[in-house]
Amino acid sequence: MVIKIFKNFIKRMFSSIFKNNKQIKLGFYGPPNAGKSTLANRICKDFTGEELGSVSNVPHETRHVQFKEKVEIEFKGKKLVFKMVDTPGIATKIDYEEFLKYKIKKKDAKKRAKEATQGVIESIKWLDDMDVVVVVLDSTENPYNQVNITIIGNLVARKIPILIVANKIDKKKSNIKKIEAAFSEYDAIGISAKQGENLEEFYESIFKLSKKVK
Amino acid sequence: MIKKKRGRNLGKIKGFAIQFLPYSEIRNLDDNQRIRRILGIVLGNNILILQGKLEPEEETRLIEDTMAMIGHVRNFKGIELAVISGNKKEGFLRKMKMGLANALSGGDLGAITIIGPATIVKEMKRNPKRIELLLNR
Ligand SMILES: Nc1nc2c(ncn2[C@@H]2O[C@H](COP(=O)(O)OP(=O)(O)OP(=O)(O)O)[C@@H](O)[C@H]2O)c(=O)[nH]1
Ligand SMILES: [Mg+2]
Repeated sequence: MVIKIFKNFIKRMFSSIFKNNKQIKLGFYGPPNAGKSTLANRICKDFTGEELGSVSNVPHETRHVQFKEKVEIEFKGKKLVFKMVDTPGIATKIDYEEFLKYKIKKKDAKKRAKEATQGVIESIKWLDDMDVVVVVLDSTENPYNQVNITIIGNLVARKIPILIVANKIDKKKSNIKKIEAAFSEYDAIGISAKQGENLEEFYESIFKLSKKVK
Repeated sequence: MIKKKRGRNLGKIKGFAIQFLPYSEIRNLDDNQRIRRILGIVLGNNILILQGKLEPEEETRLIEDTMAMIGHVRNFKGIELAVISGNKKEGFLRKMKMGLANALSGGDLGAITIIGPATIVKEMKRNPKRIELLLNR
């Protein structure tokens, strides 16, 4: 009996030490153009002074997983250390001709498409390595998109805690309710990564989710 | 359930078919074979209507293999994919309201999965009640 209590005590002490030292791997996942890099940049900028990667209105801007280690986030007097992982947008189709609309040259468009297909595969490969994932969705778009469901289904299957972010609430067409309805059993919060709206609630949720990390 | 966009002429689209695949046809295949079978049908310019649905891990496999093929198969630009998850007792809408957790588990025979090549299917518009296929000209 006494030994058991003692064992538990040691176990708890160890896990709390590990928790404090370990950085939490925080992934940003979602379809292309949802604002993953914009959000990851804003957080990194606020807490390290540096951004993580480039942002563009052309889809598939991020074509490699990029990360920043040991980002210490302070919220309401508490501190947690994160490895921030920004991933390429996941899609089921990629057509170089779509990039031509953005005045990208044919040769560059083809290269972009090729890199984008590899980026999608890379994103999926990194899923296994995440502790907590922020699923970034564009709240002006229809949430009933199979890619969203596939991403969330895979996170659930891997028991990775998720936060759903309805981004771009600054836009007129934004509809958070629709996202909340589609994914009602998960925490969903509306933000504007670009304008920095409602980030307090975002940090609050991230800190809450991080407690669930084993 | 399948609706063409107003003003578009289905007759103008040449060389594609709709193929129905009962779950029994893929039940005994392993993941590899299953994905290969599905992609084989889609690569043959077919819109596949599959009884049931894939596991989340199979779906990501399907996406990975699709991406790998885009570079290697001429004129292949990927797929459009949608799932309607039916259930005997509950309507789809109610299930959506309950959340997607149940709907996310695979092998649900009440479900229907539609997969088409992106060159033929421009978009699959989905809401809790229906799937709408918009076809390319
Ligand atoms: N209005 C508005 N625009 C936003 C917001 N967040 C991002 N954007 C814009 O959306 C576009 C895409 O943003 P990114 O951050 O590059 O999106 P991403 O999810 O990283 O996209 P990929 O790297 O292609 O997967 C850019 O033009 C951003 O400026 C937002 O909160 N409001
Ligand atoms: Mg990006």
